[in-house]
Amino acid sequence: MSDQADKAGTTVAKPPPWNDPFVRSIFFQVVAIGLLGYFFYSIFDNTLSNMAKSGVSTGFAFLTREAGFGILMSLIEYDETHTYGRTFFVGLLNTAIVAFCGIILATILGFVIGIARLSNNWLVSKLATVYIEIIRNIPLLLQIIFWSVAVLQALPDPQNSIKYGESFFLNNRGLFLPKPIFEDGFGLVTIAFLVAIAAIVYIKRWARQRQEQSGDQFPVFLTSVALITGLPLLVFLAMGMPISWEYSALERFSFVGGSNIIPEFMALLWALTMYTAAFIAEIVRSGIQAVSHGQTEAARALGLRNGPTLRLVIIPQAMRVIIPPLTSQYLNLTKNSSLATAIGYPDLVSVFMGTTLNQTGQAVEIVAMTMAVYLTFSLGISAIMNWYNKRVALVER
Amino acid sequence: MSDFQPHPDLAPPASTVGVIGWLRVNLFSSPMNTLLTLVGLFIIYSLIVPALDWAIFSASWVGTDKNACSHDGACWVFVGQRLDFFIYGFYPKAEYWRINVVFVLLALLIIPQMIENAPYKGYLGWFFLIGFPIIAGILLLGGIFGLEPVPTDKWGGLALTLVISFVGIVAALPIGILLALGRRSEMPVIRTMCVVFIELWRGVPLISVLFMASVMLPLFLPEGTNFNKLLRALIGITMFQSAYMAEVIRGGLQAIPKGQYEAAAALGLGYWKSMGLIILPQALKLVIPGIVNTFIALFKDTTLVLIIGLFDVLQTVASAIVDPAWPEVSTEGFIFAAFVFWVFCFTMSRYSIALERKLHTGHQR
Amino acid sequence: MQNTAPQETTETQKAGIIQMIGVHKWYGEFHVLKDINLLVDQGERIVICGPSGSGKSTLIRCINRLEEHQQGQIIVDSVELTSDLKHIEQIRREVGMCFQHFNLFPHLTVLENLTLAPIWVRKVPKAEAEEIGMKYLERVKIPDQAQKFPGQLSGGQQQRVAIARSLCMNPNIMLFDEPTSALDPEMIKEVLDTMIELAETGMTMICVTHEMGFAKTVANRVIFMDEGQIVEENEPNEFFDNPQHERTKLFLSQILAH
Repeated sequence: MSDQADKAGTTVAKPPPWNDPFVRSIFFQVVAIGLLGYFFYSIFDNTLSNMAKSGVSTGFAFLTREAGFGILMSLIEYDETHTYGRTFFVGLLNTAIVAFCGIILATILGFVIGIARLSNNWLVSKLATVYIEIIRNIPLLLQIIFWSVAVLQALPDPQNSIKYGESFFLNNRGLFLPKPIFEDGFGLVTIAFLVAIAAIVYIKRWARQRQEQSGDQFPVFLTSVALITGLPLLVFLAMGMPISWEYSALERFSFVGGSNIIPEFMALLWALTMYTAAFIAEIVRSGIQAVSHGQTEAARALGLRNGPTLRLVIIPQAMRVIIPPLTSQYLNLTKNSSLATAIGYPDLVSVFMGTTLNQTGQAVEIVAMTMAVYLTFSLGISAIMNWYNKRVALVER
Repeated sequence: MSDFQPHPDLAPPASTVGVIGWLRVNLFSSPMNTLLTLVGLFIIYSLIVPALDWAIFSASWVGTDKNACSHDGACWVFVGQRLDFFIYGFYPKAEYWRINVVFVLLALLIIPQMIENAPYKGYLGWFFLIGFPIIAGILLLGGIFGLEPVPTDKWGGLALTLVISFVGIVAALPIGILLALGRRSEMPVIRTMCVVFIELWRGVPLISVLFMASVMLPLFLPEGTNFNKLLRALIGITMFQSAYMAEVIRGGLQAIPKGQYEAAAALGLGYWKSMGLIILPQALKLVIPGIVNTFIALFKDTTLVLIIGLFDVLQTVASAIVDPAWPEVSTEGFIFAAFVFWVFCFTMSRYSIALERKLHTGHQR
Repeated sequence: MQNTAPQETTETQKAGIIQMIGVHKWYGEFHVLKDINLLVDQGERIVICGPSGSGKSTLIRCINRLEEHQQGQIIVDSVELTSDLKHIEQIRREVGMCFQHFNLFPHLTVLENLTLAPIWVRKVPKAEAEEIGMKYLERVKIPDQAQKFPGQLSGGQQQRVAIARSLCMNPNIMLFDEPTSALDPEMIKEVLDTMIELAETGMTMICVTHEMGFAKTVANRVIFMDEGQIVEENEPNEFFDNPQHERTKLFLSQILAH
């Protein structure tokens, strides 16, 4: 108020400072900063003196020290002799892989269930509802522990594995699969795959241009499916199937060879997928329902078939509604993967905030690093989301 | 002038109404639909039927030990025998009545909130938020009025789950309100502080918050101050929850039309008065469904306290199923725990949906 | 009724471009359309009125099969409407429709709204479709709004875009389902003007509306419906000046009271 009056050069009387909203606002903010500063100072002070008393060192030097503990599952080379810094990355990658697989599977399952929920078929829609209402009202941790303890630990021991042929074995040590060994010439198959992708991109562009010019439509989807499966397969056969499998085999009490998916991973992935899918299904349902029925009718009245109606009218509108909450579900899934600790899957929290913290005692650094990882991820995603929302927001008067 | 003779209503063609019509429309309207129906029936037959058979028809319900259980179905005898443990944890048996009183009080206070036009609803609501926690705290902790003190490490089971979730939500409410107001404040410093606080807690998993509360909190405090495990968990959960609460309340504040703020200002009300008398009462009413939903999430999340060694329902079950006196009862135990959570969460979610519908119809022009 | 065919359509005149014979429809147990018999000739302009819930909308929605009828025959442009998808598609290409709430696609620009169906249904090249779209936008007098989104237009403009959108498919028949009911009074005129212009081109139109002025100036025939059936049909002057049924009289007195 007062500064405006000054600028205008009028003779409005200045209020006493304690009634001046501008002065007040400054005062409150200075007080807030002061209190916050004092709060952090006292925490810092206490922490330092507490740590000094208990003889815990500070700083990040521990990251280069030898860890001395093994980890059940690692995507990168790791054993006891590696450093604590390495344990951080092992945990991070284990979190990433379970989150990545979970996001893909939960999206597929969630969309299927969400669409089933809207099905004209009464039975299918009721089954989907029952699934959603049961799964999302039971704590995730309970589900994770349930699958890990009640189901996977109840699996037979390696001698009595459940077999699928002579190559897949399921037992309480996990799922054993043949491990592919790529021989000479497999590189060409990979190249064929990449070529197929490039071809699809090209065909898509070509088909659009052709349609714009002549109006003729081209079955892009079917062609793409044919290309992406056919081309690599053809090269694969032509090269004389340049792949061999290393099979798992029972040796005394355990399996050797092949690849192994540990039961902790399966239980965690399964539970995360089931749980998140229930939420995604609800998001998909409400997204599709948010597109008014009039839109479908208008498209029908114009003579559009079901396929184009969905693809050109319903889905673009539904996706605007679906994508923001969908990403927050992806974030939730990633954060929820930290519940791995409860069943011993070596994710970031379990390996780093658990074992590493216990061994080094450097709580502040470790908790801060772990939280920073999740925080970076969350803030990154929400920044992208804000950008997306601004971009797709419907233009209104 | 001829008069209009209405054509009599005819019965619809038999194939479109009644059981057959319903079946045709809902289950067999096209070949695809018929196929889906068959798939659905197969799922029911192969999953739900055996599950029901195991859980109900072939289950053993009465008895006192494992011998009462057949191996064909579920052994609910186990749950019956350990029910006290699942509900009261390690609370001394002689003092169970105190927990029971709290349960009954809780139920008595919740029921009027569910009923429309219940008398003194407002007063009871305030009592629920302020008076009840004090009474419940005195009853559960003891130590005064001749009640024998019961340390919190003896608390457990459903009672502990309810305590944690109730304290979490009630303590988070005022903090959440302040944070939401702060986030909409015009003072940049205040706003930034609130945004950072909210986004920080919302960005990290609850489990890391609990780790932090149990490992780092003691380091932050001056030497000699010592919190027990439960209190540390409660502080962590409250901080975490208040950030979520703040976002829910902010949604409500944003839904209040600008005219309300202007009208309050025009009446000469200051910031706190216009917030307290005009804006918040409306906004909070709007966000009750949202608050219930965060409560559901919190209620499910309370299970995480087992990771820092507290005995909530899930942990009592998890520790009871390894009892050698009861082999192979893990499925029964988990299903019981799941059922308990499901009943609470499902009821609350229905309540929240009903409330939302009521609010929506009330607010339409 | 056939002798009320319009004058301006001479050589292309085709009797009974829409034929409804003994059409019945039920919503569950509710009998919405009772024994509807209606013959529409090429170039005819028909206004359907009646109290709400009388089945007017249902009737015209049966013509392009947004609703299914359960008994009787509907033949549009000598194609019978059955559950045969080919026939339905064929008819929907020939029949344009405008809705009460416009139902423009909010995620597409005005021009994209117009070109969507020509491109995907008629397989017209994009440039050509855009040319057609601009032509019709000019005809409804809003070519300058082509690149805007529907949400940025007024209600009247949106309804005119909706009309243009249907015209882009070059339909033989236009159906209007209360096109002015959702509009503010000052916008009704611009939409009605567009419809009158359209009528002057000889388009076959069936219009559910309560705009009696429009009915008087444009329609060849006014149909009054109540309780799911056609109570009375007549050419407009006769219909308004000399209604045959007590029920019609009552309705007209209510609607013309102010």
